[in-house]
Order: sequence, then C-alpha cells, then structure tokens
Amino acid sequence: MYPIILLSVLGVVTLFLGFSKSKNVLLPSTLMFLIIALIGNFLEWNQGPLLYFYDMLRVDNLSLAFNGIVLASAFMIVAISGGFQNDADSEPAEYYALMLLSLVGAIMMIGFQHMIMLFIGVEILSIAMYVLTGSNKRNLRSNEAALKYLLMGAFATGFMLFGITLIYGATGSFNLTQIQAYVTTANVAAPSYLLYAGLLLLLIGMLFKVSAAPFHFWTPDVYEGAPTIFTAYMSTIVKTAGFAALYRLLDHTFAGAYSYWWIVLAIVAVLTLIVGNIGAAGQSSFKRMMAYSGISHAGYLLIAVTAISQPSQSAIVFYSIAYSLATICAFAVLLLVSREKANNQQLGEDYDAFNGLAKKNPLLAFVMTVSMLSLAGIPLTAGFWGKFMIFSSAADRGIIWITIIAILMSTVGIYYYFRVILASYLKEGDLTEIRVAPIFKAVMVFATVLTILFGLVPGIFEGLI
Amino acid sequence: MLTLLLILLPLAAGIITLLSGAQLAKKVALVSGLAVLALAVYVWLQFDPSSGTQFSYRYNWLMNGSILFAGGMDGISLVLVLLTTFLTPLIILSAFNHEYKNSSTFYALILFMESALVGVFTATDAFLFYLFFEAALIPVYFLAAVWGGEHRLKVTLKFFIYTIFGSLFMFVALVYLYFQTPGEHSSAISALYALDLSPQAQGFIFWAFFIAFAIKMPLFPFHTWQPDTYTESPTPATMLLSGIMLKMGVYGLIRLLLPIVPLGMDEWGLLAMVLSVIGIIYGSIIAIQQSDMKRLIAYSSFAHVGLMAAGVFSVSANGLQGALIQMLAHGINVVGLFFIIDIIYLRTKTRYLDQLGGISQSSPKLSIMFMILLLGSVALPLTNGFVGEFLLLSSVFQYDNWIGAVAGLTIILGSVYMLRLFQKAMFGPKSKWAEDFYDLTLNEKAVLLPLVIMVFWIGIFPNTFLKITEPAVNQLLTLVK
Repeated sequence: MYPIILLSVLGVVTLFLGFSKSKNVLLPSTLMFLIIALIGNFLEWNQGPLLYFYDMLRVDNLSLAFNGIVLASAFMIVAISGGFQNDADSEPAEYYALMLLSLVGAIMMIGFQHMIMLFIGVEILSIAMYVLTGSNKRNLRSNEAALKYLLMGAFATGFMLFGITLIYGATGSFNLTQIQAYVTTANVAAPSYLLYAGLLLLLIGMLFKVSAAPFHFWTPDVYEGAPTIFTAYMSTIVKTAGFAALYRLLDHTFAGAYSYWWIVLAIVAVLTLIVGNIGAAGQSSFKRMMAYSGISHAGYLLIAVTAISQPSQSAIVFYSIAYSLATICAFAVLLLVSREKANNQQLGEDYDAFNGLAKKNPLLAFVMTVSMLSLAGIPLTAGFWGKFMIFSSAADRGIIWITIIAILMSTVGIYYYFRVILASYLKEGDLTEIRVAPIFKAVMVFATVLTILFGLVPGIFEGLI
Repeated sequence: MLTLLLILLPLAAGIITLLSGAQLAKKVALVSGLAVLALAVYVWLQFDPSSGTQFSYRYNWLMNGSILFAGGMDGISLVLVLLTTFLTPLIILSAFNHEYKNSSTFYALILFMESALVGVFTATDAFLFYLFFEAALIPVYFLAAVWGGEHRLKVTLKFFIYTIFGSLFMFVALVYLYFQTPGEHSSAISALYALDLSPQAQGFIFWAFFIAFAIKMPLFPFHTWQPDTYTESPTPATMLLSGIMLKMGVYGLIRLLLPIVPLGMDEWGLLAMVLSVIGIIYGSIIAIQQSDMKRLIAYSSFAHVGLMAAGVFSVSANGLQGALIQMLAHGINVVGLFFIIDIIYLRTKTRYLDQLGGISQSSPKLSIMFMILLLGSVALPLTNGFVGEFLLLSSVFQYDNWIGAVAGLTIILGSVYMLRLFQKAMFGPKSKWAEDFYDLTLNEKAVLLPLVIMVFWIGIFPNTFLKITEPAVNQLLTLVK
C-alpha cells in the first residue's frame, strides 16, 4: 500500500520538478523516488495478507514480489532513459511523472481485491501508456501507434467492464472473496451462464492487455511506433502487471470453475505461441521482432496460468523476472545502436543495424547475446529455468500436449533470436565505438549478471513467496 | 570430488586461456589439456571397476534438493571421460598448424567444451545431464560459426536449431518422468530407473529420447545437418563433433533410454534397429561416391555410429561392450583421419580426391600413419576397430540373422570407401597440387603418434577397457531385464 501513496505524491512532485528544466535534477530524483517506493514496498514483506481501503486492495508476499519486479524494471528503464532529454521540445518532467503515476495503476492491478480496483488500475496504466506511446510528437508512426493503441484499448476496456457487470449481476458483488464463495457453491449446484459469459468477457479484456492472440493485432504496430524506451516499458511492466492480475483473478476466485476456463486459456496460449513465434521469424526489424517475441512470451506465461497451481505461481514470478531483465537489456542495446545509427542518418532498428557490433563494442554485443540466449531459453541463463518451471507446472497438471507445442515453438524462437547474435559477431558492419553513459553501463551489467546468476543458481528465490 | 575437479579444471583453464594473450593462449590451453588428462589418468588408476559409481559429488540445487547438482563415475562414464580428456589435448595441439584469429577465445572454447562433455558423461542427475548436454552445444556452435568455412552461418544455424529441437523433446520427457517419481520427487537418474511406467507412456518417452539422441549421433533419417556441419567447421571443431560429441548421443541411449523405458524398447526396438542399419548402408554408399575427403569421413562416421546404435538396441552385453569400445576406437580413428586430411589440405589447398594423388612419394611417414588409422577404421584384426565391430556384429547377429547380415556389409563397404580414399590421395601419379608436399612436422607427429599407439593398444589389449566397463554394463542389463 505504501508504494501507491508514495508514487502518487512523488509523481506530482516530479511534475513540479519540471520547472527546474535541469538535466541533473529530474533523472536522479526520479530514480530516488523509485528507490523510496521499492523500500516502502518491502516494508510490508511477511506481514501476512493485509487488506486496505475497505477490502479493495490485498497485500501479500506474491503481490509484493510482483510490485518489486515492476518497480525494479521501472528503475532500470528510467535509468537508461537519459536520451529523451536531448530532444529540444520534449517534456521530460511529464514523461517521468506519467511513468511514476502509471506504476500506481500497475500496483493496483497486481493487488486488486475488488473489481473496481482492477478496472481503475488498468485504466491508470493504459491512459498513461497511450500518452507515452505518442510522445514522439513529430513522428507519424508514433502518433499512429498512440491512436491505434487508444482505440483498440478502449474497446478492450469496454469488454472488460461489460464482463465485470455480468459477474456482478450473477454474484451480487465486486469483491473477490464473495465472488469466490459464489463460484464454489454455484459450481456444485447449477452453473450460472451469466457468470461464465462475464468471465469470458473479462478475460478478453485482460488478454488484450497482455497481447495474447487473437487480441494481439495492435502489438507490433504500437511497439514499433512507440519510442524505444516506452516500448521497453510496455513490454515489461504492462505485461508483468497484466499477468499478475490474471493470475490473481483465476487462482483463487475462479478456481472452482477451472474446468470451464482452462480450455479457453489453453487454446489462447497455443495460438499466442504460434502467432508470436512464427510472426517473429518473418521480421526484418529487430524492434518488430521484439514485439512478436513479447507476444510469444505471453504465450509461455499463459501456459503457467492455464496450469494454475502453487508451482505455477513461482514459475510466473521467475519467468517475469527473467523476461524483464532480458528485455530491458535488449532494448537498452537497441536504444544505443539506433541512436548511433540515427546520428549517421541510417536506419537503426533492423537486424542489419547490429552488424559488426562486437568488433567495436564488445560489452554491448555480450549483453545482447546473453539477453537473447535467455529469451531463447538456452541453459545457463535465467530464461531456461523460467521455461523449465513453466513446463514443469504444466506437466504437473498433466497438460503435456501444450508443452510439446511450446517446445516446437521455442525452437523457432532460437532462429530469430540468434540472428541478432550472428549479426553482431559474424557479420561485417561500419559501427563505430558507441559512447555509453556509466549509469547505462551499470544497468546493463547488473541485468546481465543477474540473468547469468539466475541461470546458475535458480534456487535463490525458492521458498520466499 | 575428483569428478567435480575434472569438470571445473578445464572450465577454469578455459577462463585463464581467455584472459591470456594470443601468443600465450595456445600454450596455456595445451598445458591445461595435459593437466586434465593427467588427472583423468590418476582417476583411472584409483578406479575400482566392481564398486559402482565412484568419486561422487552431490549438492542441493533446486526444488529444496529434489533436483541435485550431482555426478560420479562408473565404468561406462570413466572410459568416455578418458576418451574426452585424451582427445582434447591432441585436438588443441592439432590446431597449432593454423593461425586462428582471436586464438585465445578459440582455445578457451575447446576447453569449455571439454568441461561440458565431462559433465555429460558423469552427471547422475537427469536435469544436470540435460544441462551439460545443451551446454556442450554452445562452444562448438561458436567454434563452427566463427572460424568455419564459407557457408558456415547457414549450416551452423541449422545444426544448432536441429539439435536443440531434439534435446527439447528429451527435456519434456525428463520433466514428465520427474513428476512420476514418488513423494517429494527426484530427478536422480537412479530414481528414474526405479519408475514403474505403463507401456504406453514408455512408448512416448522412448521416442522423445530417441529423437534427441538420434539427432545428436546422428542416425538415419536425422542426419541431414551432419555432413555440411562437419565440412564447414574448422577441423578442431569437426574433431570435437565427431570424436566426442557424437558419443553423447550413444551414451544417452545407454544411460537413459535402455534402463528407463525397457518396455518401450521392446515395442519399438526393432524399428530403431532397422533405422540404424539403414544408416550404416546408406552412409557407406554415399561415402563411396564422395570426392571431398572431409565429407567422405563425415559419411563414414555416420555409418559407424549406425552400427554402434544397432549394438545398443540389441540390448546384450556384447552389444553394449562393443558400442563402448567402438566409441573409443571411432573417436581415436576419426580424429586422426580428420587431422590427416587437414594436413593434406594445408599443403595442397584442396580436399578433392580427383585433384590429389602421389602424396606417398614425398611423405612416407604420413602414409604409414594414415594407413594405420585407416585400417583401424576398416576394422582389421589387431587394430582397435576390429574389437568393437566384432562384438557389435555378433550382437546384431544374435538379435536377428538377417539384420546382422545386412549390417555385416559395413565391413566390405567400409574397406571400399576407405581404401579408395587412400589410393586416390596417396598413390598414382603425383598431382600438380601435391608438388611441394613435405612430410610430417614434429607437432604433427606428436598428435598422430599417441593416436596410432592407441589404435594398437585397444586392438591388442582390449581388455584394459572392457574390464572397466563390464561390471557397469552387467548392472545396467539387470536393470533392463
């Protein structure tokens, strides 16, 4: 609960800090605010499940862990965001404030105990993202992306609200505990179709937010059009929050109706995997590939949600960490390379932009390689254990066929992730040495070391949640 | 503990090699390769064949200790570890003929590979086995992709995706088996042996394992990555691939497939056997028609591994013993042959048989070494190939006379392509490519001599090694029955 209050206040403070117009104030203070929020978050660790705001928000170790992932990702992304201060007519204070405020939405989604809280959380997060997507005001692509995201997002929110309404109609409550009580008893007596229709509509809305197929069509365009830093933000924070919310919704509340929704999610998961991986294999733009890769990872996470259980809970947490670390690293390198290319008036977001990266920038090439290996799920990286946990949670439930499809698809994944590695090590290019700010370097090294560390000793987090 | 040391020593040596300069790197790599070999020999002397798994290490790793970081050696592991540690320094030394750019990375990758291979052969936890199985792929992939020939990018990516694809099936099977174990679950290989699975489940797991290992070896029809990869890779990587890495597949069959799914083996063993035998004949026939020497050896290797697999699928003491001794023999012969081809290529700038000829006139020592390795490969009595092929063929005959008869053709076909290779390259009028040919240098002798000695050693005293593996093989067979 502390981070919600802290971030709301500090977000507004950040807006006022914008008056200073100084580079040296905004970035450090935003980072400091995030650290304060992180500390505030973990103050409640192991305090047991707590309910706040008239039972609308629930704080337990799981939600705190997700908050931690989201806040730490935000910290890393803000740390590498120095770039948009160079733009003459940008408003960095507004961007930073929007990021901080959108985190409030993410945290509400993660800890919701009441449907209204879920809705408000989703809206706070989404509206901030619509604005940030279009923040490159003079770029047509960025504007198109923002409009597309807004229109599609509004539709999805509509579905969600409709779903919540139907569930309310069936159960007479917005509160998860009471809904759960209803589901458990109603399931025994007579199934209520109102409830299931509502659940389905609600799921559509949520699946849209995590860009699962067939609700993924906005993702490639929006991810490609948005400024890279916000693409990184969207693909890590929005996704993590979305899955946390999905898990919270389905784990206890609708556990009684498992036999109704599991097949829906299973089919969506398989579709998402296929669309994401096959789509990514055909791209020539790295950024667009990362968008499809984001879709495919949503597919893996959906497997864990489908196989909902105790092991799948830690699988989702671990996978989110592995995925966020690798994705942030990948976008960090992309940011540097494409900025360098843009200075030389070249296209900077294709695979070809990475040609010969290793020669002059061995650190960047190494960071990129580790993050690609992790995303591809190669052993000795965090991504491997993420996949391992997800597959084993599915196997534990006895859903082997999904695992086999996921495995076929992850071999496709190796193909497109390795193209970047091949380009940076084995192809000739004209990249010169890229100057990397110390904080940038620190974030990349930190994330890379963590990725390898989790690959070697994945047990560090065991038993914490 | 000694086992863990055998894994960590090359790893540490690899890191040191990586950090040392280009000049020093070769020497550091060679010295550490020899040091690992010395350690392996020490382990061999300490080893007691009759007392099961030895030199174990064991640490909790995951899931509160139900997944272990654990390993140890029985006879089967030991001979393969000996093979790995014997060949690695020779492979390093054989690379001295070339000036590779970024040589410190090059040699470091070879040592990393050694570490992972020893890990595969000694792991006693199924997930650890899988981890090393995959980890071994990464160094050799980079060796081939960075220092390989013209088409390396396409070829190595195919190789990488193909093998990862296969091993992911094994991964699913292992995850499934892990959840079948009672109580707190365990992924120790011995716990998987104890499982009581339904015949249907065994059938599925049989195929998951079979695909993984068949791609790695490779068996027909999963071999399409192999000739291209062997040809495009730099010779040291080819040696690692054919000399040692291929053995991971056979080892996997012996260690996991046979004892875990004996019923699946009963049901599908015949099909697997037939595929292996098809591979023998198919590989031999293609080898006869090859003009590129490296490709020829690649196909011969494909044919040989088919016979090893057939021996394993016969599920008999002879077959398993034969497969193990043949793994040693094949590793030694194929590394030697690839090296000789590399020497010829270095001096003549061609690998094509129709451009070569008359080399024996100016290089008697090379010819003798070549001849010995080649005879080992065609299984002449008193050479290493004979022992293995004899045991393997006898086991296949016991399994089925007809299949045995077809598999027996390997001896005839093998002599045809090998002697054709020798005749075209070494005899006849001297080709213009071979005009300035000179005989072996000191370095080259240092690589070939130990190999030749081993050809005779295994050929004349096979019991040195058969004795080590026998108790382990018998124990394995009691598990299967």
